[in-house]
Amino acid sequence: MIRFLAPIIILAILVSFFFVGLYKDPSIVPSPLIGKSAPAYELPLLLKPGETLGTEKLLGQVYLLNIWGTWCFACRAEHDVLLEIERQNIVPIYGFNWKDDPHLARQWLAELGNPYVASMVDTVGRVGIDWGVYGAPETFLVDQNGIIIHKLIAPMSMQIWHEDFLPLIRQLKAVQR
Amino acid sequence: MIPELGLFALVLAFCLAIIQSFAGLAGAYWRKTEWLALVRPMASGQFVFAALSFGLLTWSFIVNDFSVEYVAFNSNTELPLFYRVAAVWAAHEGSLLLWILTLSVWTLGVAWANKDMPDVFRARILGVMGLINCGFMLFVMATSNPFTRLLPAALEGRDLNPLLQDPALAIHPPILYAGYVGLAVAFSFAVAALIEGKVTSNWARWLRPWTLLAWVFLTVGVALGSWWAYYELGWGGWWFWDPVENASFMPWLMATALIHSLAVTEKRGLFKSWTVLLAISGFSLSLLGTFLVRSGVLISVHAFASDPARGLFILIFLGLCIGIALGLYAWRAPALGSGGGFKVLSRESFLLFNNLMLVVAAGLILIGTLYPLFIDALEMGKISVGPPYFNLVFLIPTLPMVLLLGVGMHSTWKRARWEILWLRLKMPLLIAGTLALGISFAWGRPSILTFVAVFAGVWVILSALSEIRQRQKMGRNFFALPRSIIGMLVAHIGLGLFVLGVTVTSVFSIEKDLALRPGDVVELAGYQIKLESLRNIEGPNFDAVEGVVTIRRDGEVVTTLYPQKRVYRVQTSPMTEAGIDAGWTRDLFVALGDDLGNGSWSLRIQFKPLVRFIWLGALVMAFGGLLSISDPRYRKKRKAEAQAPELAAGATP
Repeated sequence: MIRFLAPIIILAILVSFFFVGLYKDPSIVPSPLIGKSAPAYELPLLLKPGETLGTEKLLGQVYLLNIWGTWCFACRAEHDVLLEIERQNIVPIYGFNWKDDPHLARQWLAELGNPYVASMVDTVGRVGIDWGVYGAPETFLVDQNGIIIHKLIAPMSMQIWHEDFLPLIRQLKAVQR
Repeated sequence: MIPELGLFALVLAFCLAIIQSFAGLAGAYWRKTEWLALVRPMASGQFVFAALSFGLLTWSFIVNDFSVEYVAFNSNTELPLFYRVAAVWAAHEGSLLLWILTLSVWTLGVAWANKDMPDVFRARILGVMGLINCGFMLFVMATSNPFTRLLPAALEGRDLNPLLQDPALAIHPPILYAGYVGLAVAFSFAVAALIEGKVTSNWARWLRPWTLLAWVFLTVGVALGSWWAYYELGWGGWWFWDPVENASFMPWLMATALIHSLAVTEKRGLFKSWTVLLAISGFSLSLLGTFLVRSGVLISVHAFASDPARGLFILIFLGLCIGIALGLYAWRAPALGSGGGFKVLSRESFLLFNNLMLVVAAGLILIGTLYPLFIDALEMGKISVGPPYFNLVFLIPTLPMVLLLGVGMHSTWKRARWEILWLRLKMPLLIAGTLALGISFAWGRPSILTFVAVFAGVWVILSALSEIRQRQKMGRNFFALPRSIIGMLVAHIGLGLFVLGVTVTSVFSIEKDLALRPGDVVELAGYQIKLESLRNIEGPNFDAVEGVVTIRRDGEVVTTLYPQKRVYRVQTSPMTEAGIDAGWTRDLFVALGDDLGNGSWSLRIQFKPLVRFIWLGALVMAFGGLLSISDPRYRKKRKAEAQAPELAAGATP
């Protein structure tokens, strides 16, 4: 008998999981970091390994921090969009090269174009933990005071850029003035 | 006025579907002949009004009626006519309407084909199909009305998603939907059989061509999607194990299993409850795919409409639909019984093995697709499952299956003999082994997996061919063979081609990402590839930079490719149009990347041997399916059900 009941039991389990999943948006990971200061760190730069950059040095400007890696399939999809955003010249984009081979990363930028003002290198992913990074690509919006305003866990698209990021950035810049 | 008429037609279709379901199910239960007589006309009427509704939405697109919100969001006056029509199913609302229309076409088919089907049974099937379509129409009317007005009207539309502005992708959804929805026929057959409490050989014979047809559509649909991803996404990959791709692939695997299990049920009266379960699961996975794509519970590159309210509706619908079917299954299946036994070495065993492996493969893909969701729901964090998982776990069940397929084809029902199998298969075995050794060493990177996979591909093809030879030896002309047999052999040859294509492409492809200036030449796999120049061109609704790339071999020009980088004006999104020189033995693939400054551009150049075999194999499989459907046996009118070999209708008490 159990043999014939098994399918409906499996269905019941699946449906209850779906029900829970329905109210969880996979692209909005409630980041406890939003509204708080960006974690303090300093990391070497990808293209100028002698220099470092970090939260403190970036204070005073509104910027995007984009988590990327050459191993990441969606990052390639996102890359063109980042280049387009860079062309619009509204906010600087800083790259955060996460758990990647710096050699491949440099090659990637040389071939596909470099939308970043600079890319920091976090080969082992230690600083990534502080940022609550759970997968690439992710994009953070950080304000003049180093406060994390917004976090996107998905490839950036022009639509998301126009609908979610630009209004926030305009507000931030209005406050600045 | 036109859009309001469209909605009105949909409401009418809904009313007719309700009558169809009620008359069908209640009429069969209380044996009311006059009710039963209503079912077919209602099915025809439902089709007419669904088609009218769909036609009116299409009309709104053709005349650029931007006072309709859905049109304003998905079209534009600059969009060519062909894409304005294809834009009808470009987003959620319209694609659901397409779904409804497709289901009403299948309903129409079931209503008027299979002349020897008893009226009561037909009424039950149509009753179930009507209920399914009611659910979808209610869904559209309640949450996703494509005819909603936008006041004041927009002056210009937002344009069709540029990714979808492509001929293959424009026809991809209707074909894929035809397959998805076609599985509803099998589902309804299964539910109707459970209501009656019996599964007969005739039941399987009526259902086989419908399932085959749905499977053919699924095969072509999935292959088209993969082909599109190959040349449009710009990476040269052909399968990404994306949730939406998986959503289309799992029903395909189930439909494949169902086709094989139906053969056993028809010929031998075995696997009855299993066949019924497969018929239910195939459509269930289609519904699940719809839920996954539409609800936004999973992230996908394809997801374009997600909304929790819609998700909840589909989830309730899915739960009810599948729940009732599986409830009936738990109640009635134990009584279906199975007559007759078979030896371990027999065609039945091989088909059972095939079924198990296909279901295991679908199950593993389902787990991989849903795993992030489970982990998230259990508050264990967020993760994603990538191609390495799928590539590995998919091979575990499918490789043995393909290897045993050759033996299975040559086995006889009930009991096969090793001696005969060996006699027939030793030549294919030898040739496939030699070829596989040769090919895997020829490119200098031999591995066991390459050897086994090449062997499997060649082996399947040769054993299918050897089956034809055997039959000829027995004095039968190839064309005198039953079409269902020819179809089966052709489809298996297609599978072999597919396996070969996949293996050779994934092992022997060469790819390079380069920065080139006009005039630069690079070498790849014996070809000299030169970026001649770059130029700006203007399309109907996009601007593009086009590279002129000539490809030479030993100084002779082989071809000139024109890869493009497009920016669509309205949505300002960049798109890659790869330049591809297609050939039987290899593709040369050039995709234009980005302007790197100082006059150089990034290019991705790939050499992909036998990549065409992937889609060719799929098309050959689909063609085999069509051949099988054309077997007159499926249309031959058998006399009354009682005279047909009644296979244990509730035989076990």
